[in-house]
Amino acid sequence: MKFDSALGLESRRGPVAVIGKVLIYGLMVAVFTGPLIGLLMSAFSKTLDPTSFTFWPDDFTLENFIQAEDKNVYLYLFNSFVVVGFGLLLQMLVSVFAAYSLARKKFRGMTFVMLLMLTTMMLPEEIIAIPLSLVLADLPGLHLNLIGTYAGMILPVGAWGFSILVMTEFMKEVPVELEEAARIDGAGELRIFATIIVPLCRPALGVIGVFGFTMIWDQYLLPLIVAPASDMWTLPIALRSLRSDEEVGIGVLLAASLLALLPSIIAFLAFQRQFMRGLTSGAVKG
Amino acid sequence: MTSSLAPEPTAPPGRRTPSVRWRGTLIAWLFLAPALLLFLYFKFIPMFVGLWKSLFKVQTFLGDEWVGLQNYQTIITDEDFAAAIWHSVVLALGTTVGSLVLGLGFALLIEGPARYLWFVRTAAFLPVVTTMAAVAEVWRIMYYPGDNGLLNTVVGWAGIGPQPWLGSEDSSLGSIMLMSIWRGTPYDMMIFLAGLVGVDRTLYEAAAVDGASTWRRLRHITLPALRPVFWILFTLAAIRGLRVFVEVYVLTNGGPNGSSEVLMTLIYKLGFQKNELGVASAGGIVLFLATLALTVIVQMLRRRQAT
Repeated sequence: MKFDSALGLESRRGPVAVIGKVLIYGLMVAVFTGPLIGLLMSAFSKTLDPTSFTFWPDDFTLENFIQAEDKNVYLYLFNSFVVVGFGLLLQMLVSVFAAYSLARKKFRGMTFVMLLMLTTMMLPEEIIAIPLSLVLADLPGLHLNLIGTYAGMILPVGAWGFSILVMTEFMKEVPVELEEAARIDGAGELRIFATIIVPLCRPALGVIGVFGFTMIWDQYLLPLIVAPASDMWTLPIALRSLRSDEEVGIGVLLAASLLALLPSIIAFLAFQRQFMRGLTSGAVKG
Repeated sequence: MTSSLAPEPTAPPGRRTPSVRWRGTLIAWLFLAPALLLFLYFKFIPMFVGLWKSLFKVQTFLGDEWVGLQNYQTIITDEDFAAAIWHSVVLALGTTVGSLVLGLGFALLIEGPARYLWFVRTAAFLPVVTTMAAVAEVWRIMYYPGDNGLLNTVVGWAGIGPQPWLGSEDSSLGSIMLMSIWRGTPYDMMIFLAGLVGVDRTLYEAAAVDGASTWRRLRHITLPALRPVFWILFTLAAIRGLRVFVEVYVLTNGGPNGSSEVLMTLIYKLGFQKNELGVASAGGIVLFLATLALTVIVQMLRRRQAT
C-alpha cells in the first residue's frame, strides 16, 4: 500500500469510493464558491430584491453596471485604486528598505527594532482606531490634518510588519559573497542595494505584493475614519449606502460588490504560488 | 518563534576602522527610517494617545477633563459593555473552533497530489481572499428572512422551515458566526495541508504493516504531528475573533436590540457617534489587554502540554 496522505483516499478506486469523493468534493466547491457564483450571476441579472438572488441568470443585463454610474460606484472604485496603488508602492518600498537593514546590517539596537516590528503586528489597527482618528486629524509636531485626504488612507498602511519580516527572512538568504565582490569593485551602498539585493529578491516581492494588495484593498475601518464625505469613500465602505434603489433594487449593490471582490480574486489567482508561500510563512511566524 | 528572527551575523566587522563602522550604523538607520517613522506616527503615537485619552473625559470645545480610571470603571460596570465582551468571546470561540474542526476535516479529505484536488483546493480557498465588506453584503442578502430568501430555500430542501437568521435576537450572533466560519475554514484548511505535508510517510507505512486502523493512524501519528500548527491557528483566530468589526458592522450593526453587539462595534459607536472618545479609548485598551492575556494563556497551555 502506498501512503500519499493520512487517509489514503486517493488510492481507493471502487465505485462507492469514487461516488463518495465526487459528492464530498462537489459539496465543498459548491459551499465555498456558491455565494461568489451567486453574486456573479445576480449582478448580471435584473435583481429587484433579495428573493431574486440567484445562481441561474434569467435575463442577462448590464443595467446594474449602468445604474452604478449614477450612484458614483466608479468614483469609489477609482478612490480604491488610488489608495491601493500608492499604498502598495509605498508599502513595498518601505519594506524593502527596512529589510535591507535588518537582514544585511549589524548595528546596535537591532533587537529592539525587531521587537518594535513584532509589537506592531500584535497591535491590530482596530484597537487603535479611535486614537488614530485623533492623530490623523492633527499630526503631532506637523499640525497637518489628514482627514478627508488620500494621504490619510495611504500613509497608515505604508509600513506593515508582515511585509518587512517576510522580506527580511528572504534577504538573509542572499549570499554575502555577491555583496562583498561588488563592494570591492567600489560599488556604493545604494548601488549594491538596487542592482544586487533587490533583483535577487524578486520572488519575495511577489509575496509581499500580493499580500499587501489584498490587505490594503480590504481596509475598512481606516477609510471609514478618514473619509467622512462620500466623494472620498473607497468601494468597500460605500457598499452600505447602495443597499436599496428604487429602479434596480439591490442590483447596484451586487454590481458594486462584484467590482469590490474581483481585484483581490484576480490578484490571488494570478499570484497563487506566491500567495501560498506567504501564507505558510506568515502563519508559522505568527 | 522569535529565535528565527534573531539577528544573524553578516560581514565580519574585524578589520574595519571605527569611522567605517559608524557609517554602517548610520546607513542601517537611514534605510530603516521610513518604516520607523510611519510606525511611530500611525501605531505608537496612537497607542499612547489612546492610553492618555482613556484617563480623560474628552470634550471638543470645553477641553479635556481628567477623570482618572473612571472610564475603565464605566466599562466594567456598564451592562452594554459586559454583553459586548460576552458576544465577542462567544463569536471568537465559536468561529475559531468551527473553522479549526472543519478546516482539519477538509484538509484530511483533500490531501494528496492529484490534479483535481488542486482545483478543489483553489476553489475552496476563494472565500479567504475576498473583500470582507462585499461578501458580508452577499451573505446579508442570502440571509433574507422571507420564505424565498436564498438560505431559507436551501434549508427548505432539508425540510427545515424558514429561519429569521439575522433578524432575530436568538440567531443573529449564530448567523454572523456561520459566515465567519465559511470565510475562516479554508484558511485553516490550507495551513493544515501545509502541516500534513511534513508528516513522515514511513510512519504511516510502519503503522499499516503493524495492522493499525485508519482511525488509530490518525489519532497517533497525524494529529500529534499537527499539534504546533493547531496552536498557532488557534491563537491567530482567537485574536482575530476578539477584534471582529466589519462582519458585524455590515451584517447587523449590533442588532437586533444589541443581541450581536461586539466590543469593536460598541467602541466605534461610542467614539464616532456618541463622541465619548475617552470611554472608547479605554475600551480599545481593554481589548488590547484581553488580546495580550489570551496570547499569554495559550502560550502557557501550550508549554504545559509540551512537557
